[in-house]
Amino acid sequence: MAEEAKPSVPGAETKPAAPAAPAKPAGPVPVDWDSPLVANLKSQYGSGIREASTYLGQKYLVVESALVRELLQILRDHEQFDYCVDITAAHYPAREKPFDIIWILYSFSKNERIRVKTMIADGETVPSAVPVWPAANWLEREVFDMFGIRFDGHPDLKRILLPEGWKGYPLRKDYGIIQQDQEWVKANLGIESGQ
Amino acid sequence: MVEQKTTDLKSHDAKSSDATRFLSHLELDQPDKTFLDSNELIINMGPQHPATHGVLRVILKLDGEKVLGTECVIGYLHRGVEKIAEHRTYTMFNPYVDRMDYVAAVSNGLGYCEAVEKLLNIEAPPRANYIRVILAELNRLASHQLWLGTHALDIGAMTPLFYTFRDREEILKIFEKYCGARLTTHAFRIGGCQYETYEGFERDVIKFLDFVPPKIDEYEELLTTNRIWLERTKNVGVISAADAIALGVTGPVLRASGVKWDLRKAQPYAAYADFDFDIPIGANGDTYDRYTVRMEEMRQSLRIIRQAVEKIPEGPIMAKVPKVIKPPVGEIYHSIEAPKGELGYFIVSDGSTQPYRVRVRPPSFVNLQALDIMVRGALVADVIAVIGTLDIVLGEVDR
Repeated sequence: MAEEAKPSVPGAETKPAAPAAPAKPAGPVPVDWDSPLVANLKSQYGSGIREASTYLGQKYLVVESALVRELLQILRDHEQFDYCVDITAAHYPAREKPFDIIWILYSFSKNERIRVKTMIADGETVPSAVPVWPAANWLEREVFDMFGIRFDGHPDLKRILLPEGWKGYPLRKDYGIIQQDQEWVKANLGIESGQ
Repeated sequence: MVEQKTTDLKSHDAKSSDATRFLSHLELDQPDKTFLDSNELIINMGPQHPATHGVLRVILKLDGEKVLGTECVIGYLHRGVEKIAEHRTYTMFNPYVDRMDYVAAVSNGLGYCEAVEKLLNIEAPPRANYIRVILAELNRLASHQLWLGTHALDIGAMTPLFYTFRDREEILKIFEKYCGARLTTHAFRIGGCQYETYEGFERDVIKFLDFVPPKIDEYEELLTTNRIWLERTKNVGVISAADAIALGVTGPVLRASGVKWDLRKAQPYAAYADFDFDIPIGANGDTYDRYTVRMEEMRQSLRIIRQAVEKIPEGPIMAKVPKVIKPPVGEIYHSIEAPKGELGYFIVSDGSTQPYRVRVRPPSFVNLQALDIMVRGALVADVIAVIGTLDIVLGEVDR
């Protein structure tokens, strides 16, 4: 179960902490994270919590996407994770569920940081965290802008850094580094290419 | 007018559970009501406006001079830094981070280098950490000086700008002598520092430490009890601690609302655990408090620098770093207290020489989100004051 939850790179699904070069000593590996919080969540959600580990001392949870909304609410209301540091995503095109969504949370009272991670398929949506932390508003808009991931229940989900009407999602891996929306550039800037 | 604003905010507090109050709905798609039947007016401020500190565009909905709501339009300076990172090696990406918050380039570089070091599971040697602290704190001072000069200029006081730029020059001279660059310094490398301090570095820094405190007093003399300054900043742009936390606001803006939280103390990095310093906080969360907090932070930075210069250890300045940086597969989040707030890097490594994903958590971007609730109910002129007091750098907002 834990093995499935770790793939972070296409082609390296089974060995998440393998050293990059054979000559190097073994790199750090994720260690199981035991705490009352994890025990509590596991008893409540069972295998919905797919992984609870620490990597280089940093705690993270990998959970089913269906649990996210409830879990984030619990983390804020009962575990004092009152500060939503960041929401971001990563794209792994080779995977069946190509997107990782990552919430980075911090608790002022515990001085503790955790990450919550879930995986979704292309076109699948994630519940918005705006009702939990208003800070999520722009952060989710940026994820939508860059990856095209939609957040259910977001009050105003539209592009934030790129202009409205732009086609394509730049931080997806299939988007080239000098690629751009030629049509938009032509129509709005009146030039052939922005490059 | 001031009283009216306070009551507005109180009524906000009463329904604080309602998340929607953090959003303005300008109803831009609705037919214009401005003709005859109402005083409502939608106007556009920026992106080319001297008081927006770059290319920020704010759409304001006004009733007379009162702000009913705002919407920020950003992205004019978007360069795709995170995309670029995926196509550069870890070392090659290092200079790019300086271009985000270009008035505090040293802090950006510090955060990035430490994040990659964490991913590589190495630590910079103590001497390198001390050099990093000295330069990062000098940069915090430079950033706050630039903030003060421009903020005061926006509000109508021109003198502080010349004073702060005159004194900031001394910091930039130290940077220039240390690494050859004044603004986008690229001062640090993954694993430590490339350059040993130059001959006379300590002397220059101590000379600066003796030079600048009377200058800070001078800024305060101009502003702290100045009647116009007080009128323009007291009770302007108030944000409560609860709202600031809910909106993820960090840095001096959070501290001015009374939250005593600074990453240098909460989760010390570099050599910050070795130094004595205080975290100044405010009580009301208004523009004036943010001013006093930053003024005191300048003095605390000087305290840190003095201790660092006195205690700086001898030794190597570079850890053992492989020629080709290839961190093991994994993810890391590391953040530092930049002059503007929490600056974080989330880096995913796939075991190759290039990062698989770099996410920058920019303090200015998140702090700017609070603009709306801070100016709702205030006057148009206060919008300028609040943009200034948030201390945003658009290079970092848009990345």
